[in-house]
Amino acid sequence: MNPVVEVRDLFFSYGEEMALERINLTVARGDFFALMGPNGSGKTTLVKLILGLLKPLSGEVRLFGVPVQRFHRWHRVGYVPQKATSFDVRFPATVEEVVLSGRFGLLGPGRRPGREDRRAVEEALELVGMGDAGHRIIGRLSGGQQQRVFIARALVGKPELLVLDEPVVGLDSRALDSFYSLLEHLNRDMGITLITVTHDTGAVARRVGKVACINKRLICHGTPSQVLTTANLARLYGAPVRRVVHSH
Amino acid sequence: MGEIFAYDFMVRALLAGLVVGVLCPAVGVFLVMRRYAFMADTLAHVSLAGVALGMILGVFPSLTTLGVTLAAAVGVERLRATGRLHGEAVLALMMSSGLALAVVLISLARGFNVDIMGYLFGSILTVGSGDLLLILAVGAVVLVMLSFFYKELFFISFDEECARVAGLPVDRLNVLFILLVALTVTVATRVVGILLVSALMVIPVLTAQLFSGSFRRLFWLSQVLGITVCFWGLILSYHLGTAPGGSIVLLAAAVFALVQLGTAARRAWQRRHLANGAEEKLPLVKLGERVSGS
Repeated sequence: MNPVVEVRDLFFSYGEEMALERINLTVARGDFFALMGPNGSGKTTLVKLILGLLKPLSGEVRLFGVPVQRFHRWHRVGYVPQKATSFDVRFPATVEEVVLSGRFGLLGPGRRPGREDRRAVEEALELVGMGDAGHRIIGRLSGGQQQRVFIARALVGKPELLVLDEPVVGLDSRALDSFYSLLEHLNRDMGITLITVTHDTGAVARRVGKVACINKRLICHGTPSQVLTTANLARLYGAPVRRVVHSH
Repeated sequence: MGEIFAYDFMVRALLAGLVVGVLCPAVGVFLVMRRYAFMADTLAHVSLAGVALGMILGVFPSLTTLGVTLAAAVGVERLRATGRLHGEAVLALMMSSGLALAVVLISLARGFNVDIMGYLFGSILTVGSGDLLLILAVGAVVLVMLSFFYKELFFISFDEECARVAGLPVDRLNVLFILLVALTVTVATRVVGILLVSALMVIPVLTAQLFSGSFRRLFWLSQVLGITVCFWGLILSYHLGTAPGGSIVLLAAAVFALVQLGTAARRAWQRRHLANGAEEKLPLVKLGERVSGS
């Protein structure tokens, strides 16, 4: 069976400056995969390359075995962007309208959303614990609630792969915990392959199955226990890092 | 008021006004939400070059205006899509270049008896049958396209990046949308003039935004407000003998001011009421909603 994501010898630059060099990664079906690295290490760039939002300098990205520039079945992929926490709060859209937009790629132009689409919206909102918020204006929700709505939008097309770019920025510790529980549920019980960009070494250690650390290059990858060693983290962040393990 | 309808020119003016009253806010909603309201102003200024070109070439000015505005629209979108220049800088570039071209062409066309004031401030009362047909045809095309691509344009306005990941052809839709803006600007300048066209695209949307609980409601309410101010603005201008374009836009601005005041007063009243009612256990859910949104 084809891996969900394959990245082969990927190079990318912004102008003269190299942002990513020779990245090789494979994400298998059912993985809960974390992408870690310091600020400016190219994590978001890599996510955008995986999603076809940027064109690589050289190398290749394949989604479900298909080169990303020829990939058309985008309903198989859900995306929760980093800026979800800083979108325009004055935009007068309801939660329902925002989540429903996650079905538009499936529907195609000229076709109006039907009963099935509305049911999918209700289900996605229930899944993220926002079942009663459909008619509220998105900008009036808290950061954590907005984040859940954006996850619902990414899930409403019933994707097989969900990509989240720093989804926990701005969440307090309680919201963080329930957020990771939601991701675990999506991965373990619903079989959705997850790729998440994160800074949070504590949660990564406890929840994800695989980690890749990048700082323009791939520094290390494997299971959290193999990867998140003090030596590796020092290599990644360029200084000794003390790991804080939360115990609950 | 009935005597107004006895004049053909007034009937044509009202029909043109109603079409433009729907069209401008329908397109304007997406412009305002994308923080691209300045686009209408830019294309309107560029359209003056089209008018002057029509005069020089001896062609029906609406056609050359349409051509020049569409070309400028595509130019703006191409430059913006490269991602190397800021959107508003591209608009400033296009607006000043277009206006400079218009000024030069007008100076060349001086011998052609150009009614520049009519184009700058609108001349709805001189809308002929040909103009009206063009306005109706363009109006129909723009409205059909908007309703066909409504949900895609909503998605792109809210989150362009996610719309791309969802598989929408964002680049092509952006070009299509900007062409719809250019078409709307071309016909709307006949009614309110080049200098005021963006007002009709923006003000009804801002007014509707003050009390819209959803995007769909904002979309429809903006059009209702647009059509209302166009109709009553024309009627007022007929009775007061004032410039129709200016009267329409002033009325739109007055409605905005009234709604803004009304909304502020209602908020103040609610705040006082909630503060008083805290002990009487008034529903605090509403307060919570407003606090989290502020």
